[in-house]
Amino acid sequence: MTPALNLRTIIIVALVAALLLLPVYSELVGNRFVLTLFTRIVILALAAVSLNLILGYGGMMSFGHAAYLGIGGYAVGMLAHEGILSGFVQWPVALAASALFALVIGALSLRTRGVYFIMITLAFAQMAYYVCAGLARYGGDDGLTIYKRSEFVAPVNLSNKVQFYYVCLALLLAAIYLVWRIVNSRFGMAIQGARSNDTRMRAIGFPTYRYKLVCFVIAGTLCGLAGALLANHTDFVSPATMYWTRSGDLIIMVVLGGMASPFGPLIGAVALLLLEEVLSGITEYWQIILGPLLLLVVLFARGGIDGLLKQLTAKVRS
Amino acid sequence: MSEPLLQVGNLAKRFGGIIASDDLSLIVAAGELHAVIGPNGAGKTTLIAQLSGQLTPDAGHIRFAGNDITSLPMHVRSALGLARSFQITSLFLDLSVLDNVALAVQAHAGHSFRFWRDARREPELRDPARAALARVGLSARADLPASALSHGEHRQLELAMALAGNPRLLLLDEPMAGLGPEESARMVEMLHALKRELTILLVEHDMEAVFALADRITVLVYGRVIATGAPADIRANADVRDAYLGEAEVAHG
Amino acid sequence: MTLFIEQCLNGLQFGLLLFLLAAGLTLVFGIMDLVNLAHGSLYMIGAYFAATFAAWTGSFVFGAVLALIATLMVGMAVEVIAMRRLYGRDHLDHVLGTFGLILFFDEAVRLIWGPEGMSLPLPPWLNTSVQILPGVQYSAYRLAIIVVTLAVAAFLYVLVMRTRIGMLIRAGASNREMVGALGVNIKLLYTLVFGLGAALAGLAGLMQAPILTVQIGMGENILILAFVITVIGGIGSIRGALVAALLVGFIDTLGRSYLPDLLRTMLSKEAAATAAPALSSMLIYLLMAVVLVVKPEGLFSAGNK
Repeated sequence: MTPALNLRTIIIVALVAALLLLPVYSELVGNRFVLTLFTRIVILALAAVSLNLILGYGGMMSFGHAAYLGIGGYAVGMLAHEGILSGFVQWPVALAASALFALVIGALSLRTRGVYFIMITLAFAQMAYYVCAGLARYGGDDGLTIYKRSEFVAPVNLSNKVQFYYVCLALLLAAIYLVWRIVNSRFGMAIQGARSNDTRMRAIGFPTYRYKLVCFVIAGTLCGLAGALLANHTDFVSPATMYWTRSGDLIIMVVLGGMASPFGPLIGAVALLLLEEVLSGITEYWQIILGPLLLLVVLFARGGIDGLLKQLTAKVRS
Repeated sequence: MSEPLLQVGNLAKRFGGIIASDDLSLIVAAGELHAVIGPNGAGKTTLIAQLSGQLTPDAGHIRFAGNDITSLPMHVRSALGLARSFQITSLFLDLSVLDNVALAVQAHAGHSFRFWRDARREPELRDPARAALARVGLSARADLPASALSHGEHRQLELAMALAGNPRLLLLDEPMAGLGPEESARMVEMLHALKRELTILLVEHDMEAVFALADRITVLVYGRVIATGAPADIRANADVRDAYLGEAEVAHG
Repeated sequence: MTLFIEQCLNGLQFGLLLFLLAAGLTLVFGIMDLVNLAHGSLYMIGAYFAATFAAWTGSFVFGAVLALIATLMVGMAVEVIAMRRLYGRDHLDHVLGTFGLILFFDEAVRLIWGPEGMSLPLPPWLNTSVQILPGVQYSAYRLAIIVVTLAVAAFLYVLVMRTRIGMLIRAGASNREMVGALGVNIKLLYTLVFGLGAALAGLAGLMQAPILTVQIGMGENILILAFVITVIGGIGSIRGALVAALLVGFIDTLGRSYLPDLLRTMLSKEAAATAAPALSSMLIYLLMAVVLVVKPEGLFSAGNK
């Protein structure tokens, strides 16, 4: 499926190119902050990509996705605290822990639908928050400082900010590609069918529960990776990462960018975080604007930015 | 005389104070087109829901192709060869017409834990899907989103999806619902052609269609079977006429 | 033993307070099919209003009454301006839209009242203890909370089960079009129901203010508990909300009190100290998980009582 040469594709390619060249720009201009900001954007975009898989394509309204950011982060943090600094141990543990949490929560939550599902995923994620906040040994409420980033084999050195940025970006682009392949496969069709009409799927013979559960686990695991990256980026992990309103932020990114579109979550992450930066420069009460803005997007621009791009492209063509 | 393909025995279902199925028994022989008729509220859709597995009966049993399917989940029944169409259009509206049918094919093509290969390019899925669309006359609309189709075409798509899994028994819940005279005639023709290939249980209000197609008819009133037999016998049956056929003359449009 | 009685009463009081909050949430969902994340914001506003009005008027009770009225009005305003456009939409739209409202309210409160939080001191006649049993003293204010919430629960029961409005509420829940066709002003009904939910949330907020907190973000904390209760009790069921809220109140309070001691008998001191707070927090979620396994629709589902 070769992408057509149109307005939307051009914009997306330009975005990716800009991200690839960002460290160069940062060096030339001498602005380190830009690199830090965009590393964060890329990592959160990865989390949003994972959420898009279950939310956008799967129609599973999970309000507890930020829990995996915390679980992945705490895996890295706790192991580092105990003296295990190797990324080859930390990151697989982060992935495995996220997968296990997703498996248990998913198995319980996916027996419900609609509002119940939202409330339950929210509640379980909040439970994870409280558990981590109660772990006095690992900083509890105050969080845990990570003194050294995950160690891999030379020449990989994650303490080098530029290297770290490219590692994150590479993982993001790989994840976007992976999700794209998944949603177009048989598995992806099953998931999309379940989103579109779950009853019909079961009537024609799909045991939708097991497919949704696997999808849920994949998404959780991918987000756990983002959590491990985030912990490395901030050299710190705290329960606040998992507080349920953070899940809301991730959902905003996915919806704002455009659900069920491969680059939507990236667009959303860039848009939201840049918007935050710009607005907070104008007023410290910027969330007063963001709140109603979100409501307006929901009411009038449900397809998100990618949706608007598609509409624009269609108009330009005609 | 071989075992009937579908055997329903003493089915009972209530919703609070409402009795939807009351000691309901019927038999469908392999190869026949068996129509179920009755006034509104007779429990016809509830019957189909219990046969397809959407609802579990309070009492009674259902045997299909020699298996007791009374409490089997929907997808298992589908795998056994039981397919149903829906009275209220229940499609994947945001997917393309071809995708809709391809999903029905995919359901019967092994498991779907395949994560890499593009499903829209798999001949094992796409070819049977196109064939089913051709059977119902929708080939030209294959690549449109299902939401773009007219109501009549939706009913045709419903049928294509039910056929895609090569079922042995087709449960059709009011396939003529909302169709104009031309579309109805086309649907009757299609069903007539299908009759030769598989067994059909047809729930319908359209009496013309019922009497044109049915080999046998069961009449349901308030969840009870009041008569079963050949069309001519049913037409002549006094109880049926009192309970229903008089009403139907006025009702159908 | 006195400690046990005190903890039981605390559990009862906490549970009843949670009931107020959950009742509003489940009512709005049951009648209007609306998921309202901003319910916690109304709880917060009730507390802030009470603290402010009490300071202005010098009277706790007067301030509370004014706060209740103010929250009711804010609730109805929110319904007219924002909620109306969300009815009938996808639940995801509700979640996103009301989440946006949370951001708005948190920031608006910060703008108006500042980031510090407030306090709501008790008047002397409430800030005392009463002897409820020989040798057992209990906080007068907490007793007052118990009495008030029980009265509200009784009022809700009478309202929903015995009045015409309650009948409309129950009817509206099962068949919106019919009620509209009967000539009832559905729009007004919805505004009133939402207002009632807001008032319940505000009442809960202002009542807990003297003993717990008045700060930004308090709504987000308690909303989770309201959700857990709604899941356990069954959406749309007020009776379910009451039972579930009491369960949650008791288990959470007694669990936090006695679990550390229980753990200490089984584990080493250090292990118990680490595990106890985490495990105590988890208790109600474990309860929710158990209910989900046994009865996914909740204990009293779809029974609009």
